[in-house]
Amino acid sequence: MSRLNMELPGLSMRNPIMPASGCFGFGKEYAKFYDLEKLGAIAIKAATVETRFGNPTPRVAETSSGMLNAIGLQNPGLESILANELVWLEQYEVPIIANIAGTKTEDYIEVAEKISKAKNVHAIELNISCPNVKEGGITFGTNPKIASDLTRLVKEVSSVPVYVKLSPNVTDIVEMAVAVEEAGADGLSMINTLLGMRIDIKKRRPVLANGFGGLSGPAIKPVAIRMIHQVSQAVSIPIIGMGGVSTAEDVIEFFLAGASCVAVGTANFVDPFVCPTIIEDLPRVLNELGVDHISELIGGSWK
Amino acid sequence: MILENMEICQQQPIASNVYELVLKGQELVNLASQGQFLHVKVSEGTDPLLRRPISIAKIDQDKGELTVIYRAGGRGTNMLALKQKGEVVSVLGPLGNGFSLEETSKGAIALLIGGGIGVPPLYELSLQLVKRGVKVVHVLGFAGSSDVFYEEKFMELGETYIATMDGSHGEKGTVIEIIDNKQLLFDTIYSCGPTPMLKAIETAFPDKKGFLSLEERMGCGIGACFACVCHVKDDPTKTAYKKICTDGPVFAIGEVEL
Repeated sequence: MSRLNMELPGLSMRNPIMPASGCFGFGKEYAKFYDLEKLGAIAIKAATVETRFGNPTPRVAETSSGMLNAIGLQNPGLESILANELVWLEQYEVPIIANIAGTKTEDYIEVAEKISKAKNVHAIELNISCPNVKEGGITFGTNPKIASDLTRLVKEVSSVPVYVKLSPNVTDIVEMAVAVEEAGADGLSMINTLLGMRIDIKKRRPVLANGFGGLSGPAIKPVAIRMIHQVSQAVSIPIIGMGGVSTAEDVIEFFLAGASCVAVGTANFVDPFVCPTIIEDLPRVLNELGVDHISELIGGSWK
Repeated sequence: MILENMEICQQQPIASNVYELVLKGQELVNLASQGQFLHVKVSEGTDPLLRRPISIAKIDQDKGELTVIYRAGGRGTNMLALKQKGEVVSVLGPLGNGFSLEETSKGAIALLIGGGIGVPPLYELSLQLVKRGVKVVHVLGFAGSSDVFYEEKFMELGETYIATMDGSHGEKGTVIEIIDNKQLLFDTIYSCGPTPMLKAIETAFPDKKGFLSLEERMGCGIGACFACVCHVKDDPTKTAYKKICTDGPVFAIGEVEL
């Protein structure tokens, strides 16, 4: 497995594969299928200060090779995550990335300060790009000044490195990436979901109760590849790549675009074994490509 | 709960756009119980991407077969309907908590109320209740005569009434009207069908012990994605929730908001 290990700020990973936040709960469901220690890391579901129920149902809708979701950051709240979910995850020797979200700056700071002190949290993923939450998310994630200010404040209180999860729903993602790098971000996660919509032609109404949702799955992979390709040439911090990853070949493509590890999202819903399957399959693809260590591929399409 | 490739032993239309599909695969069959569901991948590729939740209609552990009944209409279920005997489909299951049999004792009467494509899970439930010595009464609602299926199979197990909205088969009216008109006597209720029907049952029989099987659009089917949640009744904070895929799909009457 030494061909796959990866060292990123805060994250010492046995392989570069992690489930993406929001697509893996807090790990309990997938632990019924396989040993979570097979994973390089786990990005847990977003934590907010308060308990959140999220948006009304229906919250998911299918699209061609993708899905729309408008879950709305449902989670049991910071205190419960600290006391229950993270404590449960301590039984596994795997670094945890805590995704944090909020509706105002103070929320982010409170969650970041407290959750970063949990002993198995090795990094924070600053979720400034959730497209489904009306009163937040978008504002932070689409304005470089607001995003960099928030990054700076969270960096001040966090005990662990901070990765900023960028929204693809912007005109210039490079501008956003550079802004948060200058504000001290240790890494980037990209991309979050693309804002999308479906309409029921019989009811003449949006399929999702929320109207809009975030598009994920193989349908968005080319957008993710393009954005990582652009951003990785403009910044010097590492990128956790995500967006439609479902095979070992996809992982290679993300590395060649400029990612240093990869998160698997929607594919977990289709095949609960997708993460360990990709990990087991990666050496085969490396052999086919004549590559000794996967890190040799980072940015290989433009270097 | 496992992921298994199951072979299609039989696929046939049994009503208008309704198909009966028999799947073979011993391991998953051994784990299944009444009221649980399967998450079926209908294509090899990524379009459509998500699995389809389909309730289990019959479990035959001796033959290693599961029967599911589904309505074709959407893109995914239409693709499933084209699959032939001998083809293999990826199945995740059995999922969810099904109907508990313990709540109705031997000799008691269970009223099973089904609506449309909510009827199938009641069949295995009825088989199991009868096996326990429970008397079963079925009231099954459909839109019209072309939508009716499994009438004779249910009749073999107990008293069976069919309600159709247009009166083209059985009695005209809703399932609740049939129960009222026939003055049916029962100890427990088990139901699966459209939410308005479940609501009407809850309103009509608030004091009866009963169980309702819910439906909602699902992502993962295993509790990880939080797509299919519902509110818990009597929760002023509106933050408590149940996941339909893993806490349900069967809930006690009055447990969750419909």
